[in-house]
Amino acid sequence: MTLLETHGLTAHYGDFQALFGVDIRLDTGETVAIIGANGAGKTTLMRSITGVLRGAADQIRHKGTAIGHLMPDTIMKRGIVMVPEGRKLFPSLTVEENLLIGGQHKGGRDLGDRIDSFLSRFTGAPDPVALAAGHDGTGIWTLDTVYDLFPILKERRHNPGTALSGGQQQMVAIGRALMSNPAVLLCDEISLGLAPVVIRDIYAALPKIKAGGTSVIVVEQDIGQALKVADRVYCMMEGRVTLEGRPDAISRDDIHAAYFGAPA
Amino acid sequence: MIWIDTIVQGVLLGGLYALFAAGLSLVFGIMRLVNLAHGDLIVMGAYLILVVVSVLGLNPFVAALVAAPVMFSIGWVLQKAVLNRTLGDDILPPLLVTFGLSVVIQNSLLEGFSADSQRISMGPLETASVAVGPVTMGLLPLLTFGSAIAVIVGLNQIFYRTAIGRAFRATSDDPVTASLMGIRPDRVFATAMGLALVVATIAALYLGTRSNFDPYVGPARLIYAFEAVIIGGLGSLWGTLAGGIIIGVAQTVGAAINPEWQILAGHVAFLIVLLVRPRGLFPRAVD
Repeated sequence: MTLLETHGLTAHYGDFQALFGVDIRLDTGETVAIIGANGAGKTTLMRSITGVLRGAADQIRHKGTAIGHLMPDTIMKRGIVMVPEGRKLFPSLTVEENLLIGGQHKGGRDLGDRIDSFLSRFTGAPDPVALAAGHDGTGIWTLDTVYDLFPILKERRHNPGTALSGGQQQMVAIGRALMSNPAVLLCDEISLGLAPVVIRDIYAALPKIKAGGTSVIVVEQDIGQALKVADRVYCMMEGRVTLEGRPDAISRDDIHAAYFGAPA
Repeated sequence: MIWIDTIVQGVLLGGLYALFAAGLSLVFGIMRLVNLAHGDLIVMGAYLILVVVSVLGLNPFVAALVAAPVMFSIGWVLQKAVLNRTLGDDILPPLLVTFGLSVVIQNSLLEGFSADSQRISMGPLETASVAVGPVTMGLLPLLTFGSAIAVIVGLNQIFYRTAIGRAFRATSDDPVTASLMGIRPDRVFATAMGLALVVATIAALYLGTRSNFDPYVGPARLIYAFEAVIIGGLGSLWGTLAGGIIIGVAQTVGAAINPEWQILAGHVAFLIVLLVRPRGLFPRAVD
């Protein structure tokens, strides 16, 4: 079943167009990898899906509902959660507080949402409670299970998040996203700047994340890593999808051409 | 002995200045908003308490409890409807808008209450005092100082022990990433301004009971509040208390030497701190 799809997705930064009609699809239970060089539009795609960049409503659909126009917090409450590029931990918060804040606003039931929901009847604005319905934020992920997944974080739980090593910070960023029990997890360049052994540890968590009922999109520059974990791969170049397929069905030459725009 | 008395009175006065400054410090710490109307909002709170006292015949402390939720709502709506639109990379729009707001509040109060000076009566509490050794302390200044401590302890508890406190700090660090965690930065900021106006209501209670006030006294109070915040280090609440105490002590010591020097001595102390520690006594590590 199609969980999330983009259809002819475009995105702009001022006058600069970054995406030119991107079509991707994520099915329930799937892991999809998006690969591409710097500037290919991968992060822009993530920013569009999560509502940081907003566009036309029906260019992005989640379970058939148009969500392209929604604010990031409403999209998060529908269960679409991102591990942002560069980890983006909150420096003022400890490791444990960084994790807690990830699970604190799930499911769209807080007072502010209820007030906005009431007002939406009169203003015609999107109703956040109705839009978050169908995802209650319950599941296997709690502080304890996140600590089981990444035991080092329990030892460091009272440290400021930014005092940790890069790999540990990445674990906090993933744990923070998991705390809301997402239906879709978007991982933006989670291996960037990390040692290979650390990357291996982080990707080792992926099967457990999928077992918890979460479908995953990973954005990667590391093609080998992406092909290893993904059920399907999209390659992007200059704001367009240039290749789509199963890892075992596409050749190195296909990827080379799609990635660099020239045959090997 | 007279010096000990002078310094104790200065410390207690510092509590009042810290109360004026705590709301300012809170708002600056969370959203980097310099609220030039803060002093006028305190004065507005004092008029609100005065109205509740005169219309309902309540004790001023109870009246402040009635006024606090009203002030919270005013702060919430003000931030959501007006001030959120001014926040961004440019620091000029919030300064201009809050300056304008200051003028609007002053003139509205003038229209509604005239330029006559007002006072909220506390009855016998106004003159009650306790003697501790050689020092006699007024009960009202003591209550003011105790309230300042309670406000700062309370705000720190909210900041570091509650979910909304986490949201305050996360949004202050990075509003975009906070929104990816399901937080609405505009609502968090509105709640912070509401909370700042609850603190302003407490400040207003003591402003209105300890001295006369009229629609124009806000900006003068704001200067002391700014000095306290800057001496303490931007965004640090305990630093704000320390800043308030430094100004209070400087003023009473100055006044003891020569009554004409009271206000001047406070400003001179501020300038000295600024020369020696330009970032204040307790600057936040990341700013």
